[in-house]
Amino acid sequence: MLVCQNEYAYDANLPELSDEGIIVYNSQEFQIEHPRALALPTDDMAREAGNVRAGTIVMIGAVARAVGFSLEALETFITARWDRGRPGDATIIEGNIKALHLGATAADESGFEIAQVDPPIEESNARERILIRGYEAACLGAMAAGLDVFIGYPISPATTMLTYMETNLNGDDKFVGQASSEIESIAALIGAGFAGKKTMTSTAGPGLSLMGEGLGLAWMSEIPLVVADVQRGGPATGLPTKTEQSDFIMAMNPGHGDMSLPVIAPGNVEEAFWATAKAVNWSERYQGPVILLTEMSVAERAQDIERPDTSLISQESRAISDGSVENRRYEGKGVSPFPVPGGPGAYVANGSEHDEQGDTTHLADVHIQMTERRFAKLKTLNDGTFEAENSSASIAIMPWGGSKGSGRGAWQELTSEGIDIGWYYTMYLNPLPEELLSELRTKDKVLVPELNYMGQFAGHLRQLGVSAETINQYTGLPWRISDLKDAIKGHLG
Amino acid sequence: MAKRNPSYDFTWCPGCGDFGVKRAIERALTARASEKQEPIENSVIVAGIGCSGNLVHLQEGPQPFGIHGIHGRTLPIAYGTKSANPDLNVLVVSGDGDFLSIGGEHIAPQARRNLDITVVVMDNGIYGLTKGQASPTTDLQEITPTTKYGKLDDRMNPLMVYLGGGARFIVSELSTRIRPLQQAIEDAMDYPGFSIVHVQSPCTTYNDTYAALKGDEANGIKALAQPIADSHDPGDYFQALALAAQPGVPVGVLYKADDTVPAHDRLTQAKQEAGIASTDIEKLFDDMVI
Repeated sequence: MLVCQNEYAYDANLPELSDEGIIVYNSQEFQIEHPRALALPTDDMAREAGNVRAGTIVMIGAVARAVGFSLEALETFITARWDRGRPGDATIIEGNIKALHLGATAADESGFEIAQVDPPIEESNARERILIRGYEAACLGAMAAGLDVFIGYPISPATTMLTYMETNLNGDDKFVGQASSEIESIAALIGAGFAGKKTMTSTAGPGLSLMGEGLGLAWMSEIPLVVADVQRGGPATGLPTKTEQSDFIMAMNPGHGDMSLPVIAPGNVEEAFWATAKAVNWSERYQGPVILLTEMSVAERAQDIERPDTSLISQESRAISDGSVENRRYEGKGVSPFPVPGGPGAYVANGSEHDEQGDTTHLADVHIQMTERRFAKLKTLNDGTFEAENSSASIAIMPWGGSKGSGRGAWQELTSEGIDIGWYYTMYLNPLPEELLSELRTKDKVLVPELNYMGQFAGHLRQLGVSAETINQYTGLPWRISDLKDAIKGHLG
Repeated sequence: MAKRNPSYDFTWCPGCGDFGVKRAIERALTARASEKQEPIENSVIVAGIGCSGNLVHLQEGPQPFGIHGIHGRTLPIAYGTKSANPDLNVLVVSGDGDFLSIGGEHIAPQARRNLDITVVVMDNGIYGLTKGQASPTTDLQEITPTTKYGKLDDRMNPLMVYLGGGARFIVSELSTRIRPLQQAIEDAMDYPGFSIVHVQSPCTTYNDTYAALKGDEANGIKALAQPIADSHDPGDYFQALALAAQPGVPVGVLYKADDTVPAHDRLTQAKQEAGIASTDIEKLFDDMVI
């Protein structure tokens, strides 16, 4: 169904309309000749309803009737929305409800055969279902993992995470704050993580750019923290309200110098919960920064999912130093016990290269030892899981992040057409699960659908010795399954 | 922290003002620990980048915790540490470049929160560690490697910046006055709010201001540093503004607001008044059930 208020919207979107589709349009704005178009003189209908501004409500009424959506539910919504304690509320509500029904009646009288919304899937023995947005799932995952501190700065499309935490992360030892910039957010997380807390922030590309140096400090001084990057189109201000997957390279290497940050990218709303819980756990386990790499189309999506069983999350916490001489902060080739201010084991958490107790040194031996130590800690993050199907095929597709859903749809359709193609998927982009990487290296071709110009993840896979080819789109919109399917076919040669 | 750590390869130049500041901080922290019967590990020094920041590695005697971060970000790091655990005593050490130039944007936000921390700024009017470039507090017309026609930008008045930004307790001191400086730092740590002790800490290599601060009264050269008169009322914001606007360096307590509710108390009070309960994840899920 194509609903258009003006000719521009009609022209731009008509190619997407299927043969069975119908058009609902404002016939006082423009006229069209189409066998399946419902012309609504919305201005006149709104006036008839008693509220000249209710033209859009007329259309909503028509759409609701067309797809079998409850008018009663919409009436409840309208009443709640305009019951604001103002003198004219009752008149507006009455006019809007009348407009809703005028639209519905027009749809009834149109005589179009219209598809109905699919009934809900009934699953027996399943846990109850909830309606939740991606950012809410991410926040709840972090809370379930024991998050203490959240400090952020407003930025589209990541602000919703900050405001959700402001409302919902409460308790005696919890802290949520609004920083004065992303530079301040990341530095404050470092200060709070240093004080022994589990910390997180949310941002989008421009903010992640500003956090680059701070993330280097967290990596260098070994402070656990989580940064959720809700990707939008870039660079610079770019496309603040569109979706893209163009921050992968920056997520892994956000700052200068030798570092490789762990990256977890949820593919849908449900995964956002588990991915964020894992991000908090990973940050505590390896004592360093972890990037939760999500995107607008996942974070802002409302989806009904099975209610997560929070008992499945085991909270991990860094080992605390008892301050004994053996427990020097940066001793050894792996993770060391963490001294917490107020307790024993005073040291300097240092962003300059440092020796075992945190003192600055520029000696070659120490820089070698400490660089290797920081990378060795990544080896503790070896519990990433992955999906593999039809793994005997020599060609596979492996989408990441929010391209999972459409990638899966395209793969299913291709498979049902008899095309022999494998399916791989993981949330754990860095470090990649070792077993997955070994399997990918045996493939003739791994096709990577992703929403960026450079083919960022495919390039990373090639660097790891995988014959990866990118299938990319950079429209600011998610994939359409049909487009993706065609693109994959083009690569099968 | 460094206990005469042989591999630590930094020191200050002979005569550097920062030695005096270091001594005053060591004494203030030790005195606080003993007076308050709290372990020195309850204190955290957040250090900036520059000559001043290296103070964190040079502390002698009982060792507090330290964090030596990145250039200009002492205040936001301290914001996180203090918010995460308001029981900690958080001390920022920074310089005029780190605090007033690259870090200048962070002063007002933390002052307006009334974050309960103490800042010690070592002002030498120059970038010493990078070998003598102009800083915000370098004098007009001063010739440095980055101001070859003489400095064209006006000198910043840091005390006016602090007052304008909303700092509630401001002391102006000299690195040569170790005991009064120690007292000022102790008072600032005791003050429940955002406190700054701004110290003239001369650089003997690139900007030696010892003589100018001291003056030479016998030969008619007035000292740049002048003690704040007893008639000054530090509780009067407008008096403080007028004094800060004068040329020269006032020495003593410039401003001390009587009304001060620190950031963490503001939050605790607001939460209590709103009656906010602790997070219950399952309840949040309950509200989402279809």
